[in-house]
Amino acid sequence: MTDQPKIQLIDVHKSFGPKTVLDGVTVDIARGESFVIIGGSGTGKSVTLKCILGLMRPDRGRILVDGEDVVDMSARDHERVMKKFGMLFQGGALFDSLPVWENVAFGLIQGLRMDRRKARKKAVEKLAQVGLAADVADLSPSELSGGMQKRVALARAIAAEPEIIFFDEPTTGLDPIMADVINDLIVKCVKELGATAVSITHDMHSARKISDRMAMLYHGRLIWTGATVDVDRADNPYVDQFIHGRADGPIKMELRR
Amino acid sequence: MNLLAAVGRVFLSFLEHTGRLSVFTAVALSHCLRPPIYHRLIGRQMLEIGYFSLPVVGLTAIFTGMVLALQSHTGFARFQAEGAVATVVVISMTRELGPVLAGLMVAGRIGAAMAAEIGTMQVTEQIDALATLSTNPYKYLVAPRLIAGILMVPCLVLIADIIGVFGGFLVGAYQLGYNPATYIHSTWEYLKPIDVLSGLVKASVFGFVISLMGCYNGYHSRGGAQGVGQATTNAVVSASILILTTNYVLTALFFNK
Ligand SMILES: Nc1ncnc2c1ncn2[C@@H]1O[C@H](COP(=O)(O)OP(=O)(O)OP(=O)(O)O)[C@@H](O)[C@H]1O
Ligand SMILES: [Mg+2]
Repeated sequence: MTDQPKIQLIDVHKSFGPKTVLDGVTVDIARGESFVIIGGSGTGKSVTLKCILGLMRPDRGRILVDGEDVVDMSARDHERVMKKFGMLFQGGALFDSLPVWENVAFGLIQGLRMDRRKARKKAVEKLAQVGLAADVADLSPSELSGGMQKRVALARAIAAEPEIIFFDEPTTGLDPIMADVINDLIVKCVKELGATAVSITHDMHSARKISDRMAMLYHGRLIWTGATVDVDRADNPYVDQFIHGRADGPIKMELRR
Repeated sequence: MNLLAAVGRVFLSFLEHTGRLSVFTAVALSHCLRPPIYHRLIGRQMLEIGYFSLPVVGLTAIFTGMVLALQSHTGFARFQAEGAVATVVVISMTRELGPVLAGLMVAGRIGAAMAAEIGTMQVTEQIDALATLSTNPYKYLVAPRLIAGILMVPCLVLIADIIGVFGGFLVGAYQLGYNPATYIHSTWEYLKPIDVLSGLVKASVFGFVISLMGCYNGYHSRGGAQGVGQATTNAVVSASILILTTNYVLTALFFNK
């Protein structure tokens, strides 16, 4: 049982109208590993995470979390499984009606029924971990800069110390130094808390630093999956073009005039 | 052929909306009854609906009562029935105008605000974020609004009734020259409990309809600022129409024996 994958996607398909986004995604993600999905903009990376979280329903295929099929689960079971997850949304998705500290403490107060005062203390601690001083705690999210909002959202995702954490572009919009602080924090979540992390990033430096394994999503499929140390020897022209960020190669940007 | 297709499309979309609304209502109501109940959120919504709507509803009521007295005085003078003014004012206020006008005003104020708030949360993924933080959005967002609507609109209508009757009294006693004591006496003389009660039951139904339309339209809004604007309009229009139609049905049920 110990080598059962934490998350399994088996032939997952998802279309929006005539547009096919996921066309048979299959992957196993092991317990306690840090997995990174790379791929061009609009290839369906965020959609993949949302399907696993049950925020979108795949058209076809199975998604297993700890061996349980989450696609056709009753609402009650689904709520139980969701307690294992934390998610950093690409756009932050902070609650703008609540102050920063309540955003971070939200999962603690609502999910774990923690006392508000204790939750606030924990929230301030988490804010410090993402490099934010205690005085932002009482601000409203709309009073923060984009990068600060991203870090608050990150603090919220990890506050309840979930078993599985999804990071959708955790370092986008941050300065290089802060980006590295966040990379370290993600590594720490995996190494110290034993969490399973799935991250999406365009930042290859960050991807190499935080991941054990990587996969590349292209045209609705994971065209390459392998250990991070092997990515330079992937021998896959698509991956090669992507990680070196070259404009010409097999991946053609749709720039028709 | 085209006409047929168009009619079919409209009909199908009507069925789709009805089905979706029924499911939404059933799920939302089931969350109103099942614990945990968020008292703090219910309190905030009650304040928003009840207390902050008082000025609008009060103004509407006082001028309605005043104009009722004026109109029935001049109208009834044609057949020497001026004595009925006080009775007409109190019965029209409590049975019809109190609940309907207060309902329409609250629909404009509260229904729009709910649709805009929940709609913005939907398009910025805040509702998805709730689900990842072990919080059911129906329980957290919809149920408190429904409960507050059902409880607070009757309170508003009771106040509107009193203010409206008072407005009628002011015009009757100080402008039309009725004896104040006689006016008050005839206000009470023919008033039956059912007049007030039926109005309060209507108010409760309207409160439910307003909150439901606000939440439903907000929850299903798509596509950015424009989608939220559309949802807000739909919430107010559909709540107003439903108020007028259910008002007729309820009146028929109460008084058409
Ligand atoms: N709710 C939706 N309705 C319709 N189409 C959608 C929806 N969500 C995503 N899509 C489409 O799915 C595709 C993949 O979207 P997704 O957000 O997963 O991209 P991504 O890989 O995360 O890109 P990026 O790196 O730019 O964030 C896009 O082409 C988008 O148009
Ligand atoms: Mg994305």
